[in-house]
Amino acid sequence: MALASENASPRGNHRSGKTPIRQASRRIQNLFRSKPVAVLLYFIVIYVIARMSVAGAEAMGYNWQWYRVPDYLFQFTEDGFQWGEIFFGLVKSIDLSVKAFVLATLVGLFIALLRLSGLVVGSGVALVYLEFVRNMPLLVLLYLIYYVIGPIFKFDRYSAAIICLAVYHSATISEIFRAGINSVPRGQWEAAKSIGMSVAQSYRFIILPQSIKVMLPPLTNEAVQLIKSSAIVSVIAIAELTTIGRNIISDTYMSFEIWFTVAMVYLVVTLILSTCVSGLEKRFAVRS
Amino acid sequence: MPVESDSRPIIEIRNLDKFFGAFQALADVSLTVNAGERVVICGPSGSGKSTLIRCVNRLEEHSAGELIVDGVELNDETTNIRAVRMEVGMVFQQFNLFPHLTVLENLTVGPIRVRKISRADAEDRARKFLERVHIPEQADKYPAQLSGGQQQRVAIARSLCMEPRIMLFDEPTSALDPEMINEVLDVMVELAGTGMTMVCVTHEMGFARKVADKMVFMEDGRIVETAPPEQFFENPSSRRCRMFLDQILDH
Ligand SMILES: Nc1ncnc2c1ncn2[C@@H]1O[C@H](COP(=O)(O)OP(=O)(O)OP(=O)(O)O)[C@@H](O)[C@H]1O
Ligand SMILES: [Mg+2]
Repeated sequence: MALASENASPRGNHRSGKTPIRQASRRIQNLFRSKPVAVLLYFIVIYVIARMSVAGAEAMGYNWQWYRVPDYLFQFTEDGFQWGEIFFGLVKSIDLSVKAFVLATLVGLFIALLRLSGLVVGSGVALVYLEFVRNMPLLVLLYLIYYVIGPIFKFDRYSAAIICLAVYHSATISEIFRAGINSVPRGQWEAAKSIGMSVAQSYRFIILPQSIKVMLPPLTNEAVQLIKSSAIVSVIAIAELTTIGRNIISDTYMSFEIWFTVAMVYLVVTLILSTCVSGLEKRFAVRS
Repeated sequence: MPVESDSRPIIEIRNLDKFFGAFQALADVSLTVNAGERVVICGPSGSGKSTLIRCVNRLEEHSAGELIVDGVELNDETTNIRAVRMEVGMVFQQFNLFPHLTVLENLTVGPIRVRKISRADAEDRARKFLERVHIPEQADKYPAQLSGGQQQRVAIARSLCMEPRIMLFDEPTSALDPEMINEVLDVMVELAGTGMTMVCVTHEMGFARKVADKMVFMEDGRIVETAPPEQFFENPSSRRCRMFLDQILDH
């Protein structure tokens, strides 16, 4: 019974929507969707995990040295304020991610346009590329680019890292572009054509500006994914956040503290990113 | 009163066929429109009216036959289709305004990007045509803030800003609430008074009587009857056309 009523479409039956139980469950659902409650829940979960790991570490006889961690973020020496190692790792991670994201966006747009071009060769090439990238584990792609393609085209490890991340994420980004472009009604194309616009002009002035609103949320999500997957390039010894974390640990044996710190840094960066973009989205929504 | 048209053909359609897959939407359609002439096309739903006028600015590609617009034959070899489209304005049933641009930007984007005129000139021209369609005060709004009738008049002004030689209308009033139909028709009647070549698909027979030089009745992808309006309305030669007219004039 309960299951059946759960599955009923929310708009399907107005009378069932008015029963007290339904209303209460709707209210509870909305409660869980509200921001403050979500954040609160998040911190409760973090707190429980932290307590469990502290208890576990104590049982192992782990020697906590949190007091040493801030030095790796920033320091006050006789020369004044100085950033710490973790900060430089973060800068490198962001630098890497920004470059990779820009490249991924360009490649993604190109692939999306190829697929939408209506040319048999164009969409064929795009499909092969997409299938290849989608079915390749990120780590294998990185090895492939760094050990095989890198030596052939003579690019360094840093470029290999950027290219790997860009290629990997260009697949999703091209799908985001395609969906965004397809979300613009056909009449817009026809109106643009009927005033004499070329395909390129139609895209630039009419279609893309309208699809950005649809594409912004999934693109942000993809940027967050990219920042997270940038950690993997630590396996080819790029001095980014994860690598720095590992180096510090091998010097100090503070694995718990440093991994927690590194995780928090990633979290803060991705949260800031999401917040900025949801602000941007609101501005777009107001404008049109 | 219809303005005297010079009798130079500006649209020549000869034996046009159009297939969508196996379905034939146009069959052996021939029609000549002279410069300055106003043609009204009517006919039951699915008879191919939209398809026919969409072929004229090549939103649809015809399958066989000959189509010459403003001296240019339209076919696969046509390289300057964009030049032809600049001369052929089109007003759609669903307006198709650009929702992310203001009214003024809707009107200037074509002249600036396609005709390559200066922004200042384009804005002057846009304001002139907004005046012509009686909504100069809406220039800075977005399309979604306007009523249907206002949106359609903006769409007409958008086409006129390209200074076309031909205007095509595809049921411009059939998506409108009844009280807004006349404001759009009035604008179209005024446009007819300027000597613009117009091809209108519409079932507004009052409008047709007022402006049409030539009436065309289509059915099943064919032109069944072509006649001057007096003859068309008083004494149509085909039985199907008479039945159709009786039906829509009843309402
Ligand atoms: N893109 C298309 N693909 C397949 N069939 C189509 C397409 N466009 C139109 N048709 C078909 O061609 C026929 C003519 O369509 P058209 O839109 O020209 O009719 P119409 O006279 O404008 O009708 P209406 O008064 O409903 O607008 C219809 O049967 C329609 O289903
Ligand atoms: Mg139609």
